[in-house]
Amino acid sequence: MPTRSDVERVLLPLGTAALVVALWALAVRLSHTTVFPSPLRVLAGLQELAGRGVLWRYVGDSLRRVAAGYFLALVLGIPAGLALGWHRSLASAFNPVIQMARPISPLAWMPLAILWFGVSEAAPGFLIFLGAFFPIVVAAMNGVRSVPSMYLQAGRNFGLSTPRLLARVVFPAALPQILVGLRIALGIAWIVVVAAEMIAVDSGLGYLIIDSRNAGKRYDLVVAGMLLIGVIGLVLDTLARRLERLRTVRWGFQGEAA
Amino acid sequence: MTPPAKVSVKDVSMRFATDGAAIEVLSSVSLDVADGEFVCILGPSGCGKSTLLNIVGGFLKASTGSVLIDGQGVAGPDPRRIFVFQERGVFPWLTVNGNVGFGLFALGEKERTERIAHYVKLVGLEGFENAYPQELSGGMKQRLEVARALAVNPDVLFLDEPFGALDSITRLVMRSELLRIRRAEKKTILFVTHDIDESVQLADRVVVMSTRPATIRRIVDIDMSHPRDLSAPRYIELRDLLLGEIGLAHQV
Repeated sequence: MPTRSDVERVLLPLGTAALVVALWALAVRLSHTTVFPSPLRVLAGLQELAGRGVLWRYVGDSLRRVAAGYFLALVLGIPAGLALGWHRSLASAFNPVIQMARPISPLAWMPLAILWFGVSEAAPGFLIFLGAFFPIVVAAMNGVRSVPSMYLQAGRNFGLSTPRLLARVVFPAALPQILVGLRIALGIAWIVVVAAEMIAVDSGLGYLIIDSRNAGKRYDLVVAGMLLIGVIGLVLDTLARRLERLRTVRWGFQGEAA
Repeated sequence: MTPPAKVSVKDVSMRFATDGAAIEVLSSVSLDVADGEFVCILGPSGCGKSTLLNIVGGFLKASTGSVLIDGQGVAGPDPRRIFVFQERGVFPWLTVNGNVGFGLFALGEKERTERIAHYVKLVGLEGFENAYPQELSGGMKQRLEVARALAVNPDVLFLDEPFGALDSITRLVMRSELLRIRRAEKKTILFVTHDIDESVQLADRVVVMSTRPATIRRIVDIDMSHPRDLSAPRYIELRDLLLGEIGLAHQV
């Protein structure tokens, strides 16, 4: 006997997805289109990709690029954000630059990335880094700034030096906000990699889409690539959300609907 | 001859600059607190009594005047004197044990563990050692904060309206708990409150503050032994005296 929450969590979304696929199939059939693929043709396309051995290679290449750029953004972004949040003068100095650089789409950097790194792994990595870096910095900075002064006062009262205060009070107090920034940054990184792969490299899911269109207008493979991107993005976001349930940060997410 | 004061506040004034205008919050406050004494600082909300406590605790610097503790000028916060906030001051990312052990980073593992266990027991949080604050009630969080403060074995505790956010029943329980803990751990206590009954129930002496700029209107000795009978004529007499001193009518 499925409970109400089982229905809401599993059956409802699956049912909706099935409905969308059914409408898609129906629309293709009714319109007699020969260009846009039916769900079955997309499935056949996925099988063909797997058969050619490129499916997992492309998925792996895209994930590897995201991992590299995102890791660099995380390693540099968190300390930078903590420093900006802690030192008011540093924030005053850098904030205008950050706020100006932030709305520039990472894709606008593409010509420069190719100029500097050529058609190589480093070019998409750089774009992913740019896309992920700013949300992480801003989240860490705001996280530090919104640490209640009471926590700082208590930490000082127990005789903590500034490095200890940062490690034992400021960082854990800001961690929930930092995690939100990390999750947003991961979503952006996954969007940027696809776009970057359309131009700068010759593998990956972005390359799959652009190559399938250019070489023979294989729209079944285009849509297959899009679906793969969506599913992997969903998995990444779910994994990132898992982190928010850790006991040391759960306090920061109370009152939020799962 | 009176013994030297544990805490000595000498002619302390405090002015804040807001929007270009200087606002005087405290005006020449002088107060001596003896070692082991429980002093309540009583006054209406926003009168500046918390500011006074923050100055004595070393978190704010007085505009003029000085604060001596054990004859030494207060230069800043010090683990020998711990400030207890309303229960919001506990660290939500640490368990009960983690919070109680927070200030014990200089101790070895064994002594640290023993101290934590001792104070968890003293405040009655056994069985919740690995719980996180959001799993505790308001009263339990307040016990936790008191345990965290006591664990570093301070001489002085500063409590800033610690029970203000609790419901009235829990507040009564926490008052008798505080008195019980105080019998076990002899500390000098400065306790800020706007609750007249609270001050008569807890304090050896009640310092009545005026509204801004806060000055000491009167210091009242609470000459009753513990446990105090809340319907005793003397209790009611003292409460009425404080009511009158604060400037409130006796009827609602």
